[in-house]
Amino acid sequence: MNIIERQDLPQDTLREQVESAVVRFAGDSGDGMQVTGGQFTLATALAGNDLATFPDYPAEIRAPAGTTFGVSSFQINFGSRVIKTSGDSFDVLVAMNPAALKVELPGLKPGGVIVVDTRDFDERHLRRAGIDSNPLEDGSLDPYRVIALDISQLTMDAVAEHGLNKKEALRCKNFWALGYIYWMFARDRAPTVEWLREKFAKLPDVAEANIAALNAGHALAETAEQQDNFHGFALAKAEIEPGLYRTVTGAEAMAWGLAAAGVLSGLETVFCSYPITPASPVLHSLSRLGDYGVTTFQAEDEIAAVCAAIGASYAGKIGVTSSSGPGVALKGEALGLAISTELPLVLVNSQRAGPSTGMPTKTEQSDLFQAVYGRNGDAPLCVIAARSPADCFDVAIDAVRIAIKFMTPVIVLTDGYIGNAAEPWLIPDLESISPLKVSFRTDPEGFEPFVRNPETLARDWVKPGTPGLEHRIGGIEKDARTGHISYDPANHQKMTELRAAKIQGIASHLMPQKVEAGPERGELAVVGWGSTYGPISRAVENLSNRGVAVSHIHLRHIWPLPSNLGDLLAGFKRVLVPEMNDGQLVKLLRSEYLVDAESLNKVTGQPFKIAELESAFEARLEA
Amino acid sequence: MNVESPLTAPLTAKDFASDQEVRWCPGCGDYAILRAVQKALADVGATRENTVFVSGIGCAARFPYYVSTYGFHTIHGRAPAFATGIKLANPELDVWIVSGDGDALSIGGNHLIHVLRRNVDVQLLLFNNEIYGLTKGQYSPTSRVGTRSPSTPMGSVDRPLSAARLALGAGARFVARGVDTQQKVLPEIFKRAHEHKGASFVEILQNCIVYNDGVFAEYTDKGVAEDRQLAVEHGQPLIFGKDRDKGFRLKAGKLELEVVTIGQDGVSEADLLVHDETNQELAALLAGMDGPDVPVALGVLYCDPAPSYEAAVHEHAGGTSKMNAADFNAMLRQGHTWQVEG
Repeated sequence: MNIIERQDLPQDTLREQVESAVVRFAGDSGDGMQVTGGQFTLATALAGNDLATFPDYPAEIRAPAGTTFGVSSFQINFGSRVIKTSGDSFDVLVAMNPAALKVELPGLKPGGVIVVDTRDFDERHLRRAGIDSNPLEDGSLDPYRVIALDISQLTMDAVAEHGLNKKEALRCKNFWALGYIYWMFARDRAPTVEWLREKFAKLPDVAEANIAALNAGHALAETAEQQDNFHGFALAKAEIEPGLYRTVTGAEAMAWGLAAAGVLSGLETVFCSYPITPASPVLHSLSRLGDYGVTTFQAEDEIAAVCAAIGASYAGKIGVTSSSGPGVALKGEALGLAISTELPLVLVNSQRAGPSTGMPTKTEQSDLFQAVYGRNGDAPLCVIAARSPADCFDVAIDAVRIAIKFMTPVIVLTDGYIGNAAEPWLIPDLESISPLKVSFRTDPEGFEPFVRNPETLARDWVKPGTPGLEHRIGGIEKDARTGHISYDPANHQKMTELRAAKIQGIASHLMPQKVEAGPERGELAVVGWGSTYGPISRAVENLSNRGVAVSHIHLRHIWPLPSNLGDLLAGFKRVLVPEMNDGQLVKLLRSEYLVDAESLNKVTGQPFKIAELESAFEARLEA
Repeated sequence: MNVESPLTAPLTAKDFASDQEVRWCPGCGDYAILRAVQKALADVGATRENTVFVSGIGCAARFPYYVSTYGFHTIHGRAPAFATGIKLANPELDVWIVSGDGDALSIGGNHLIHVLRRNVDVQLLLFNNEIYGLTKGQYSPTSRVGTRSPSTPMGSVDRPLSAARLALGAGARFVARGVDTQQKVLPEIFKRAHEHKGASFVEILQNCIVYNDGVFAEYTDKGVAEDRQLAVEHGQPLIFGKDRDKGFRLKAGKLELEVVTIGQDGVSEADLLVHDETNQELAALLAGMDGPDVPVALGVLYCDPAPSYEAAVHEHAGGTSKMNAADFNAMLRQGHTWQVEG
């Protein structure tokens, strides 16, 4: 035995050095895979790696145990380089049951590591997962490094002294597996131990049992290292901008950005929403910010939510509503009223796969047309899109800034992927963000409700309660100055044009569109928006590293489009628009600029993979 | 100009008239209701700047244009939701919702029940004319079975709902009913509604002179009114009739009201039921009185105040104690953070 000698060596000398790694945790929806992933994310951030995560879970809260449709997964990509996506395929798969192995195996890289709980690989459970032949025995896992352990039994053994019943004991198995993976990547267990003690402060037995499981998993991995000749992986720290970080999901960043806009403007936020997947986490986050000038209102339906938000804006606060596509459809008429009465409003759409109910937990970018066009009448408003979880914070502040400055509804497009995914976030300092200017009209002298600021074309914001400015507004066409009901033909023409001009005019107040990467003119411009930012930018960078010049343009402003975008696009021979829809931005660009933009679509409910983008870009260059 | 200049003297009913020409049909019951509201506003000492009228769509929904306060003419059926947002944003505003039977009970039924159950501090005036006016005469959710209309040429077949009973069922803490033409009584009902903190629901039987003229005549015609109307008053016996000799008592052994005549079968005034406006069961019985044999109950049927929604919300949230950059920065730094060194 030479174990002692080996232990004297610095641990990492035997570990395989990697630049980045992708781990996927998969189990039943009740197995705690999201918690496990969350803890691994934290430990990885603390280890100094850059990272991106993607939770992928079923719509059913607790689908029948052991079935393929009940599999809940969490993926994390982390490394010593800048991480831009949660990763195409994974290096390590943790499968807590046969169904998880079956569902996730296709995503594992050849030669990848499988850590699998063998307990349920009997005939009955295999049948439930729809598996004919036992993959642990039939050779189908030969291309992989398989670490097959009875994790359930090992967990029960580890927690035996903590007095839990069998069911409770088995619920600790995710932490056993986490302990194993912590060893594999040399992560520190201490923050998770601390988290467990805090989380289960009132159930110390449960906390200690989970900690025992975590430690047991870690210890077994350490012990098995020599027998298996598998030493785990080592990753250097990433070069990251110095400062204080935390992880943040898109939903959290959106909520905090909206509340921050309240602090920056001095106006309280009234957030009115109706629960819907995947938008609800924004409501949940804001509901905890009662002391920070946020009022939340869970309305009776989607329509009431947007109407209450408009009512709040009318009364002089920042009215915000939030939903996903089907709910946004219901809000359409009220959005028209906010456009017609020219009141500020922010609507956050956490997009999901459609049409109709579609796939609530799967991501898509298919509400762009709905946002830009989806109302009766000529009803322009501003549409902006978030590109990553952390970007939601800035986008939320931007949305409020535009809504107030231009007295208009602003739709913020995010999606299920961004909302649930997490990434490290350099925590901003509110003192360093420029305040949002708000001015309410109080002077009755010469007041007419629809007279406009010549620079922004915005009308005055008047709070009810202001003496001498009493007036009536509504959704009927109104006189361009007095706001009185008007059916005058020339006035309607004028008002329609004014409403359009006001929104188009926003573009001249924005920074010009930049080329993210690649040359300013050339062969191929890839134009993206929203959550495709990560995979597009990585694919463009990979190609660039191989000497293939592709330019990446990523839009935050969907409507109005940036004022220089037409000129930018004209500088490229080909324009390719990857979107997680059937081709929406591409049609907008074609109609606005008469540019021969081509589309690249994916509507599987899963984000683009970097590899598929790379090959598509290369194919366009060679065509 | 859509703007009024501020006044210092106490406002009269006339001061609550806007400069807009009223465009309801001549003879419409809405004129009378508008007058009664303007009188009530003056009587309660309302200010124009602090008062907001919110409406949906329909004939009644034009109401805000004719009042010199703030006004918001919104979309069909949703006025209660807008009003809720207004009250959440600024609980100090005095908010009135004006709606009709189509607006509040058909397309907006959902918002009506929720604004009532939440007990948002607003006055909700339901102009019930049992017909769709602005869309030219289709039957409504309060139209009686057999109503012939452009959409029901053979007569409607679905049964009407009772607005006041629906309001009680939704948990309204103030339910009243009035008649458009009763210019002495109606402002008093509005004043009670205004005084009540929480959602105040007032159903007004309103005559549509064009599409449903005389639909309430069996209750309101001069010859029959006294025998067909029961004006309830808290603490007073339930008496009605031309000779003030009819009244209600509880039928022995049944949860049912019966009409009795004072002086017949040994009945005296002391036997009559006394109106208790805090009694929800009694209010439901009164609200449901319908049909040729009983009068319609008018006045404040139910009033039993409870804390308003916006007050409760702001007790839990909506504070601004930490609405500053320092506290917000601290909040963002709670939980697990890590320092990346340069």
